[in-house]
Amino acid sequence: MSEPSLASLAAQLASKQISSRELARAYLDRIAALNPSINAFITVDPEKTLAEAAAADSLLAAGQAGPLTGVPIAHKDIFCTDGWLTTCGSKMLHNFVAPYDAHLIQRFKAAGMPSLGKTNMDEFAMGSSNETSYFGAVKNPWNTAYVPGGSSGGAAACVAARMAPAATGTDTGGSIRQPAALCGITGLKPTYGLVSRYGMIAFASSLDQAGPMAPSAEDCALLLNVMTGFDPKDSTSLERDKEDYTRDLDKPLTGLRVGLPKEFFAEGLNSEVAMAVETAVTELKKLGATTVEISLSNSQLAIPVYYVLAPAEASSNLSRFDGVRYGYRAPEYSDLNDMYAKTRAQGFGAEVKRRIMIGAYVLSHGYYDAYYLQAQKIRRLIANDFDAAFQACDVILGPTAPGTAFKLGEKSDDPVEMYLNDLYTIPANLAGLPGMSLPCGFDSRGLPIGLQLVGNYFSEAKMLNVAHQYQLATDWHSRQPEGLK
Amino acid sequence: MKWETVIGLEVHTQLATRSKIFSGSSTAFGAAPNTQASAVDIALPGVLPVLNRGAVECAIKFGLAIGATLNRINVFDRKNYFYPDLPKGYQISQLAKPIVEGGALTIVVDGVEKTIHLTRAHMEEDAGKSLHEDFHGMTGIDLNRAGTPLLEIVSEPEMRSSTEAVAYARALHTLVTWIGICDGNMQEGSFRIDANVSVRPVGQAEFGTRREIKNLNSFKFLQQAIDYEVRWQIETLEDGGRIKQATVLFDPDTGETRMMRSKEEAHDYRYFPDPDLLPVKLDEDWIERVRATLPELPAAMQARFQAEYGVSPYDAAVLTGSRALANYFEAVAKACGQGKLAANWVMGELSAALNKAELDITASPVSAAQLGTLIARIQDGTLSGKLAKQVFEGLWEGAGEVDAIIETRGLKQMSDSGELEKIIEEVLAANQKSVEEFRAGKEKAFNALVGQVMKASRGKANPAQVNELLKSKLAG
Repeated sequence: MSEPSLASLAAQLASKQISSRELARAYLDRIAALNPSINAFITVDPEKTLAEAAAADSLLAAGQAGPLTGVPIAHKDIFCTDGWLTTCGSKMLHNFVAPYDAHLIQRFKAAGMPSLGKTNMDEFAMGSSNETSYFGAVKNPWNTAYVPGGSSGGAAACVAARMAPAATGTDTGGSIRQPAALCGITGLKPTYGLVSRYGMIAFASSLDQAGPMAPSAEDCALLLNVMTGFDPKDSTSLERDKEDYTRDLDKPLTGLRVGLPKEFFAEGLNSEVAMAVETAVTELKKLGATTVEISLSNSQLAIPVYYVLAPAEASSNLSRFDGVRYGYRAPEYSDLNDMYAKTRAQGFGAEVKRRIMIGAYVLSHGYYDAYYLQAQKIRRLIANDFDAAFQACDVILGPTAPGTAFKLGEKSDDPVEMYLNDLYTIPANLAGLPGMSLPCGFDSRGLPIGLQLVGNYFSEAKMLNVAHQYQLATDWHSRQPEGLK
Repeated sequence: MKWETVIGLEVHTQLATRSKIFSGSSTAFGAAPNTQASAVDIALPGVLPVLNRGAVECAIKFGLAIGATLNRINVFDRKNYFYPDLPKGYQISQLAKPIVEGGALTIVVDGVEKTIHLTRAHMEEDAGKSLHEDFHGMTGIDLNRAGTPLLEIVSEPEMRSSTEAVAYARALHTLVTWIGICDGNMQEGSFRIDANVSVRPVGQAEFGTRREIKNLNSFKFLQQAIDYEVRWQIETLEDGGRIKQATVLFDPDTGETRMMRSKEEAHDYRYFPDPDLLPVKLDEDWIERVRATLPELPAAMQARFQAEYGVSPYDAAVLTGSRALANYFEAVAKACGQGKLAANWVMGELSAALNKAELDITASPVSAAQLGTLIARIQDGTLSGKLAKQVFEGLWEGAGEVDAIIETRGLKQMSDSGELEKIIEEVLAANQKSVEEFRAGKEKAFNALVGQVMKASRGKANPAQVNELLKSKLAG
């Protein structure tokens, strides 16, 4: 596995240099070797994986293979997967075996891509460090004393440690981009509505969006081709013509206008991160881009707005976890209300409970107008800022996170400090815009630094083009953690 | 002190769609528990709602039928509360922007028309059922009903008596079944009524504090519950007490209402727009397409029946009690060309027979065509009214068609005047006393003679002809 790009793996499969079973076995072996120290996976089921790989081999042999048939992938444990334990990182679903496939899982199955397992995550995708998982924290493969970011921390870590060639993630406020940055991989959150949310356990419905996580932008483009498409089972899914997200990868960047939001380079940004991002800007200029300073003045309010709206939706979305029909139920209770109270007190972790309480509060009688409605208005203003900015630029560039990975336990007692990690990623979720993170360097401790691109609606191909051209000129994305090789 | 009653009704009508409002599951009543509950209905993690356009069309039909405003953009909200038969922990409903606002229904009480205005009607999903009886120390949950589409129809507090409330509920029941958006089956819960009841001293402008009687599933219970509640509230106030806002239940066994929860115990439902569903947009095309499917409405039909068939306003109202009845009447009237006679027969003989047999008009053993022919035979003199009733009995029993029954049972009215004259002469000869009394000026004696003639003809004589011949004989 010297060159783990998806395109090269697909080529080896197509030319029969390797079978899907052999490939899956190799990754399963690496998972068996590394996962005990990284904890990136909640569930691994080699029998199921190898059966899916065998089916892919049949398709390959029959000449019915698609572009990625036989290439294995790891799925975040937020996606319902028929016959697989699907926990969402919570005790509440520690025993829940999904009886159906999420739309996204169906698409990967239809593409003939075997599942390597279900990746660890912050409980119900609430967290920026992967420390809120009921199944234990994930460790950053670059230094296991550090967090991998979250909530898709298992996905980012398994890709960084090359336990999987690619993974799926979800991003509600930065949950693909921030762990991609902290683990030194590439991750993309598409325009809201491009990937169906059916079967993806909801955190905040109006913000949740699934996307690809892999070493390179080219990998992400190939994965996006599999993931996107209209789904009649998701009313917020967009009905659009199918796109090929690889189509613009090789275009030159001449004339590209890169917007640099002044608010994203202000106080609070770690200087090593700032320097790496500025160096990346210089690199893009060499490739023909020009820069323009823009302002996203309302993005300052993104965190407070997000921590009203996302908990509000979550408080309602998580009501179904009541111990009645599936999942965890408290072993002892005196009556119905006691059953609800104990089940939810015992089944949810502290961060989830905190957000449910915030959400219930902002929606309650007498507070709704002051919090929820007000937040919705500011959300509109934030989107308007982006609209104005995209008059002046083609893509917005900045840091993905204010710093690099922090130590396990370092921020877990300070929720607000933790929330600030998503300062730069949340605005794109609030506006429904696509955003991606790609590696652009390392700090003095050897931890990866992420660069964020935010594009206009449906400009994924353009963003992937920028990222790919940058990755042709740099090698940050192909670096791997030393100790794990 | 004189008291005035103020009533507003909230009616939950189950919409007659084949599948649920947000999933593809069947809405059929009576299936084995949880056999009509899909992943969406039981709220598995990750599932999402998709709106059934058929339910929206039902709501559009209703809005058009009551002359309401149809909100071109209307929004689904989540109503959050925990209960085991509410799988998601919230009900999808419409709060701030319902699909229907305004509109009105006309009711008639004691011959006086009154317009009842509607506040709104909104779409929502039904909950499942909790079954407490069949499980010892446990509760069973049946989610077959979860997600069944409802239209909650809210009236203004414009009714002033239980009679008006019942008249409104009946008019609404007629309308929703008429336009085909609800099967109207009250036993199965397709039409459930909540009544908001308050009293105030006559002349007082402000409303009294209301109590809401939940889940009344018959017009009889509606009337009884309101009557009890009004008496209770007046007694409470006259005894110096106060009414506290509350939700109450009516117990049909005791005929009393009892407290379910007070205002203080009321939930904070934490409504907010459902982010899984887009706002519902009604474009003019869609509305017009739905309008084209609306049948003639009861009010229009009543006016037409009066104009075309000469029936009274009261009869027109009775005949449009249901669309099936109205269609039946009109078929009879067309078949015989006699609107008033048709109305009398449909409302009289036929309705009585149907009531006795507990049959709906749609299950009538006598078809509209048969009844039309029967009335035509009265009109052409073949049958007297009395004979016609015997023929009707034959039709009811399935003894064949009208003319065949007349023939086989020998029920034809006597048309041969020679035969009748002979009978009359015999009757006169045998009743000389009556003849003398008549000639002495006693009108009653004439009627007795008519009766004797009819009896002698075994009912087959034409009464008009008997009158005429008898008069000329007595004069002669």
